[in-house]
This record gives sequence, structure tokens and C-alpha cells, in this order.
Amino acid sequence: MPALRVAIVGTGNIGTDLMAKVERTPDLELVGVAGIDPASSGLRRARERGYAVTHDGLDDLLERVDGIDLAFDATSAAAHPRHARLLADRGIMSIDLTPAGLGPPVVPPVNVAAHRDAPEVSLVTCGAQATVPIVAAVGGIADVAYAETVSTISSRSAGPGTRQNIDEFTTATADALEAIGGAPSAKAIIILNPADPPILMRNTVYLDVGPHEPEAIEAAVAEAVSGVAAYVPGYRLGSRPLIADGRVTVMVEVEGAGDHLPAYAGNLDIMTSAAVRVAALRAEDRG
Amino acid sequence: MSAASPLRVVDTTLRDGSHAIAHQYAVEEVETIAAGLDHAGVWAVAVGHGDGLGASSIQYGRPRHPDRELIAAAAAVARRARIAVAILPGIGTRADLEDARDAGASVVRVSTVCTEADIGLQHLRLARDLGMTAHTHLNTAHLLGPSGLAEAARVVAEAGSEGVFIVDSAGALLTDDVRRAVAAMRAALPPEVEVGIHEHNNLSLAVANSAAAVEEGATLVDTALAGLGAGAGNCQTEALVAVLERMGIDTGVDLWTLQDLADEVVRARVMQRPITVDRLTATMGFAAVPASYLLHVVRAADRFALDPRRIIVELGERKVVVGQEDMILDVAAEMATGRHRSA
Repeated sequence: MPALRVAIVGTGNIGTDLMAKVERTPDLELVGVAGIDPASSGLRRARERGYAVTHDGLDDLLERVDGIDLAFDATSAAAHPRHARLLADRGIMSIDLTPAGLGPPVVPPVNVAAHRDAPEVSLVTCGAQATVPIVAAVGGIADVAYAETVSTISSRSAGPGTRQNIDEFTTATADALEAIGGAPSAKAIIILNPADPPILMRNTVYLDVGPHEPEAIEAAVAEAVSGVAAYVPGYRLGSRPLIADGRVTVMVEVEGAGDHLPAYAGNLDIMTSAAVRVAALRAEDRG
Repeated sequence: MSAASPLRVVDTTLRDGSHAIAHQYAVEEVETIAAGLDHAGVWAVAVGHGDGLGASSIQYGRPRHPDRELIAAAAAVARRARIAVAILPGIGTRADLEDARDAGASVVRVSTVCTEADIGLQHLRLARDLGMTAHTHLNTAHLLGPSGLAEAARVVAEAGSEGVFIVDSAGALLTDDVRRAVAAMRAALPPEVEVGIHEHNNLSLAVANSAAAVEEGATLVDTALAGLGAGAGNCQTEALVAVLERMGIDTGVDLWTLQDLADEVVRARVMQRPITVDRLTATMGFAAVPASYLLHVVRAADRFALDPRRIIVELGERKVVVGQEDMILDVAAEMATGRHRSA
């Protein structure tokens, strides 16, 4: 089966981390990398590794490289809409890692199957990637009335996109808890912690639930955790879930794979890992 | 407030004080206190959930009344005083701020961890777009020295913040720290941008630190009647006013009205547990843990049968910041199950 031919748009930290993960994925073949900054170290690295590269953006890459099946957009919310149009015009699938939120939101273990044919999908936020699977899993065995999440990330892993648009982060994450996680109402909180050495990304999921068997909830949470850990190996349960008085509290931490981004940046790793996971599933579909 | 006084008092009994009563203010209490503060001549009355707009949550606690009702109640009785609200980016959103403005708030304090001032720029711009006076609370201020705080202040002032507060969330700053920080901020900021001080009394220094800040050029002070606030409380309004008057500084507010409000209303009817430097709050100042964690720590210690001080010290070692209340449960659960290995 021929590998899926993929391109990466954006040569910052996320784009560079994606490169390492794509290289490790057998069904994906990296055929081009587009940036806009000739001095970017990510672009230099891509060139050194022998990929077709350009610093004139996606338009130029599309001129030079034929037969791209799928592109990852790791640029910015502002740049994404134009990229999405360019890709859609050529029938190239796109996976959006920016906060633009144009395509349907996807959290791989929960709803990727529903969007297998979508020309474009959005990965929402790292907070959504880390918490929606837990909400959906508990929702599968008990009535969830309300979901609330607190995602704490190291300051050093919070890029300008997050810092300038923190309101969009909280609202997009809360929307995903409802739309994909299935909670009728939800709230999302994000905290930046500047501690040095940097903390790992950690998430607390609070759920108000109807009648349930605590053992069933624990089992569902454990299964959800291993579902995410299948593609984000550093995703793990913190303390055992607390279940009392109609409230479930689940704590998960995310350690990154340390590809290009440091291991504490689990919040970025879970985004790049989810992106590659979606692409790998597309490759399987095609094969 | 007299026209001659450069000092502007923001009384936060109805916002930070909310932490001390698990955000359970009744509308009638808000009306009485806001009316009294207005009569006493404070510049602004801060109102709302202790963790700011939109903080009604499992993480921070559910209030008895939504922010909008309490803001409207205070705005209805305030003749001269402005109504101030706090918003923490990452917790409160645009919709919350619009609601607060519509309910009668006209001053916003955008509060970020002092090292993360740039995450507040979006909300500062939003406040100004809504026609509100925008100030910044640089919280967990013990994390930065004078030059770091001055740099953060410069960043938010450029984005339109008209006042920048040093917020000693853990009550961990020493008087010299405050003096040097205010002086550095004063030197870095244009003259029209004010410096403010917001203290917690965990090390019994809130009034002394606030008075020192004023001596160094701070013109905005956050205070609370009877000190009602998170941890060992805020800088006590009526005590600071007495100190400043003794220092020869015209505060423009009426001491006797404030004393009556503090004793007859706040102590007699609102305060549920003593606002004091005891072994828990003193440990918070010592270990540099945000004062807002106090009641959450007490509950977690009860739930897991632990000494609350052990939880506080461990939280301090993990360098927690304002907003991380979920860490309390995490640390307590770990200690209780023995996963925690330190002493």
C-alpha cells in the first residue's frame, strides 16, 4: 500500500515536532514543508533532511510538489482560512492545529470516525484533546449533567497563539466538552504556571453525574486513558479518580515524547500526536 | 474623597472578602456594605466572586448569587463610588465582562500571574472597548523581583492599563520587597499610569506593606473592612486609613463610618471564622501559597484526615499560583494514599 503523501505548513515548534512524528509513522510520507521565514530553524532542519521546502508559503509549495494527499496546518488562526481554501481547491485534506476552528472539531478516540470523509478537521485545543475523552467515557455509563475542566500548562510551553487568544481557548474547549464530550453544559479553565523546572501539563476533570457504579466509572476512565495513551504515550492518570456524592474528579497528566518539543510540553505533544493519529487513520482508510 | 487626596481606596470586602465566606454574600449584605462604603467616600467598591467574573465553578466554588445580581445591587446604592470587578483571563471571558458592565461595573481589574502579564492584554483591550477603566492586578507577586514587576507593568501599561497593582496573593512579601517593587514600577511607568498595592495579611504585614507602598508613590490601595478577605485577610481598610492619617496623608475617606461598618456589619453579620494570623494562614505566607486556597485546604484536610499545614507546605514546594485550587485535592489525595514520598 502506498503511503499517504503529507505536507507540513508552518515551521515553528509545532511544525518541527510534527516532522519527527510523521517520520516515525509508516503509512505517512513527508513530501514537503512550507514556511514563511527563511531563517527558521525548522525550515533548515527540513532542508537538511532532504524534504522539498519553501519559505514562500503554501502557495509556492503547491506549485512545486504534486500529489499531496494531506496537509497539516501549524501556522496561525489568522493564516489558516486562506490555507484551507487553497488546499480544498486542490482536493487536499487538511488537519488544522491552529485555533481557527473552521472544520469539524475532532478528538481522535471519541469522534474521528464521524469525520472520516471531512475535507478538513480541527483539533480544537490541547485542553479539549486531554479532557474530552474522559468526559465522553464517563458519559457512556452515567448521566453527566455538567463537565468542568482545569488545564494547567507550563508558561514556557504557552506560545503566542494561546497567550493572545486565551478567551478563545476557554470557549472552544468548553464547546468541545459539550459538542464532542456530550455534556449538556460545561466550563473550561486554563492556568499558566511559571515554575522552573517546568511542570508537566495536568488536567482536572470534574463531572456532576447521576446514579452510577463507581467501579464502572473507574473502569471507563482507565479505558479512556489507555485509548489516548495509544497515541500519546505520556498521557496518564494522576491520583486515582475521586468519586463521591455525585461528583467524579479525574486528574490526568501529559508528558510529551520529547521529539522536538521538551517533555514538559505535553500540551503541544498531545496536539501533534492527535494530528498524526488522524492522518494515520486516513492512511488506513485509503489502504 | 477630597479633591486634594491623590490616594484612591478600592474596598474589596465584597470581592476578596467573598473568599472568607465561600462566596455566600446575600444581596442585602452587599447593599448595606456598598452603601456604607460609598458614604465613607471610597473611590471604588469591588464586587463579585472572589476568583473574579465567571469563576462560579466546582474548582472555585458556587456563589449564592451570580456576579451580575451582586454588581447590580451595589451599583444601585452607590452614588459616587465606582463599581469594580476582577477578571482572570483563562477563567472569565468576554461575555462575563459584558454582563458585568451591563450590570453597572465601570472599573475592571485584569488579574494575571505576574510572570504572565501578556495573557491579560486581550481583556485589557476588551475593557477599554467597553468603555471601562482598565487596571491590572499582577498577582502572585512574590514570583518576581522589582525589575520583573516593573517590566510586566510596562507591558500592560502600553496596552492601556491605567493602573498596575502589586498583588501579594500569598501574603509573602516583606516590607522592603514592596518598597523596592513600587519604586521600580513608578520609575518604569509614565506618570499618568498609577501604581497600586493589594496585600494579604498572612505574615501580619498587610497594613505596614500598604503604608510603605503609599510612601513610595502608590496611589491605589485595595483594602477590606475588618480585613475580610482570603487567608489572613486583606489590608484592613479602617486600620490603613488611621495609619495614613497619622502619617499626615489625607485619605479623603471617613474613618468613623468605616469603623462602624467593619464592626457592626462585617464582624457582626458577615464574618464566619476569625480573619487572623493563625497557624494555617501564617503557613500560607511562609510557604508562599495563595491565600484564596485557605477554605479549600481546610476541606481537603478534613476529607483526607491530614494536617492542613502539610498540604500547604507541599503546595508551596510545587510553586502553585493563583487559580490552581485543583492541586489541593491532588496533593491531599496523594498524601492520603501514600503515593507522596516526602516527609
